[in-house]
Order: sequence, then structure tokens, then C-alpha cells
Amino acid sequence: MPEKVLHPRTYVLVFIVLELLTLATASVAMVNLGVWNTIVALTIAVFKSALVVLFFMHVRYSLRQTQLTVIVGLVWLVILLSLTITDYMTRMWNALS
Amino acid sequence: MTDKPPVNVAPPDAPNTSAGAAAEPVAPARPEHVQMQFDDSEQQRETATLGMWVFLITEIMFFGGLFVAYLVYRSLHFEAFVAGSKSLSYASGTAMTAILILSSLTMALSVHAAQTGKPSALRRNLFFTMLLGAAFLVLKGMEYHDHLIKHQFPGSTFQFQGPAQLVHHVQLFFVLYWCMTGLHAIHMLVGIGLVLWLLTVARRMTPEYHNPVENIGLYWHFVDIIWIYLYPLLYLIDRWR
Repeated sequence: MPEKVLHPRTYVLVFIVLELLTLATASVAMVNLGVWNTIVALTIAVFKSALVVLFFMHVRYSLRQTQLTVIVGLVWLVILLSLTITDYMTRMWNALS
Repeated sequence: MTDKPPVNVAPPDAPNTSAGAAAEPVAPARPEHVQMQFDDSEQQRETATLGMWVFLITEIMFFGGLFVAYLVYRSLHFEAFVAGSKSLSYASGTAMTAILILSSLTMALSVHAAQTGKPSALRRNLFFTMLLGAAFLVLKGMEYHDHLIKHQFPGSTFQFQGPAQLVHHVQLFFVLYWCMTGLHAIHMLVGIGLVLWLLTVARRMTPEYHNPVENIGLYWHFVDIIWIYLYPLLYLIDRWR
């Protein structure tokens, strides 16, 4: 697969969106949204990192095996986070019953 | 084919050039930058990128342990972590995020300059990337200085102005703060060193061979992504409370 060369315009566009999202997440942090503050902040972070991975890191245009490697890495991270959090979040259940 | 001496199968001084290898059919013109184990430039580039990603996945797991520790202790000692988070500088954290994203743009443009064979644009963008990385570290250093003056460094001299029962766990917040941002700052230092090295070899980069630019770019963007998560988790999510 020959290397795909993106137009610099794409990079500048992604950069502008990333800075706007930073501005958005910084402003929303000052508003009381209850539990939604965390959800909004992390959703914006996921969206920003997806833009960086897909365009700046060219994963959108990479080989299938590279894309698979990235996805598998994320799956392992989700296992690390979800299983550990599940453990800690359910430890008090025995004490309550 | 048979009466011609084998060319480009291996350098003449390679220790393991055997008679068997010499009998192999010889590929036509082979660019100098393609190492002997690869068929062509493209295969070499794809292998390098895949290898870099495998390394970055191990880095994700490395930082992932710290993130999971942060999330667990934040849920266990919620009030102390809110107090800790609110003693960080909102303005400085936001400025650092903006600077780091700009440095990712200049890094992406460096890769573009290498892909299209523009050595002076490559050097210029690498230089800006390094400068912005240094600006990030200067702001981080000023923040560290501020915390040190306020004794917000875990240990026997740790001080916290607030409810006394929170002191221990605010200290735990600062253990994680220093470890996570410190590890990130070390990665930034390594990144700046790598970009500095790229500047010295920039003139050797061509549209056919620029794997070092591409892969150091991947590393730089990865370090940016870590900060994209550190910024909301440490500075933002408890700011409104």
C-alpha cells in the first residue's frame, strides 16, 4: 500500500477542531452539570484523541494490521479499566447485604 | 543471470553471505535505504510503523496503570481529590493543552514536509515542534515550582490548607499528580531529544525514506494524547464543585 499523503489543509482543520474542543471542555468545566461534567469532559477527550489517532497519526489510512493493533491495544486498556473498577465498585455489596 | 555476479543481495562485508544466498534470483535496482531483510521500501516503512504502534501500545498500558489508580482512588477519596484538583492552575493547564495541540500540528506538518521532499520546511516545522514542547515544559516547571513553594509535594513537609481530615488523601492526590505529570514530562523530554536528533538528520530524509520522521511523529502525538486525558482528569472534572 503506497503511503497516503494528506493535504496540509486537513491537518490545519483537525488542529482547529482540536483547539475548539479544548475551549469547549475548559468552559463546560466551570458550569455545574452534576455527573454530566465528567461524562462531557471524557467524551470530548475521547473525540479529541480519536481525531489525533485517525488523522495526525494516519491510522485512518494505515494497513489493516496496524489498525487492528491499535484496536487490540484499546481493548486491553478497556479490560484493565473496567475489570479493576468493577472490582472496587462492588466491594461494599457484601457489607450491605 | 548465472554468469553475472550477484549484486545487492547483501553488502560484501556481511558475515553470513553463504553460497545458497548467492544463487537466489537478484532483485533489480534496490534503493540504498532498504535494509536487507525487506523486499522494498514500502514493506520496510509498513513494518516500522507497525513496530512503533506495538511499542506505543505498551506505553498505553504503562500509563493505563496510573490512570486506573487515579480513577480508583478518586472514587474512594472523592472529597480529597476534589480539593486536590481545585488547587491546580486552571489557566496554566488550559494553556499547556493548547500549546501541545499546536505542537502536534507542527509535527504533522513536519511529516508532510518529509513526505513531499521539502527539507527546509521539515527543519522549520521540527524546530517549532521542539520550541512548543519546550514552552510546555516551562509552564509545567512553573506549575511545579508553585506547588513546591506551597509544600504540595508528598512527604513529611506536605501542607494543605483545608479540612484536616482530608490531608492524607489530598497527599495521595498529589502523589498521583506528580507521578502522572512527571512521567508525561519525561516523555516530553525524550520527545524533544528525538526531534533534536531528527534536525541533525533532516537533510537525509526523502519522500522514499523518512521512517524516523513518521515514527517520532507517532511518539509525539501519543504523548499529546496522554495529556489530552490528563488535562480533564486532573484539572477539569471537579473544577465546578
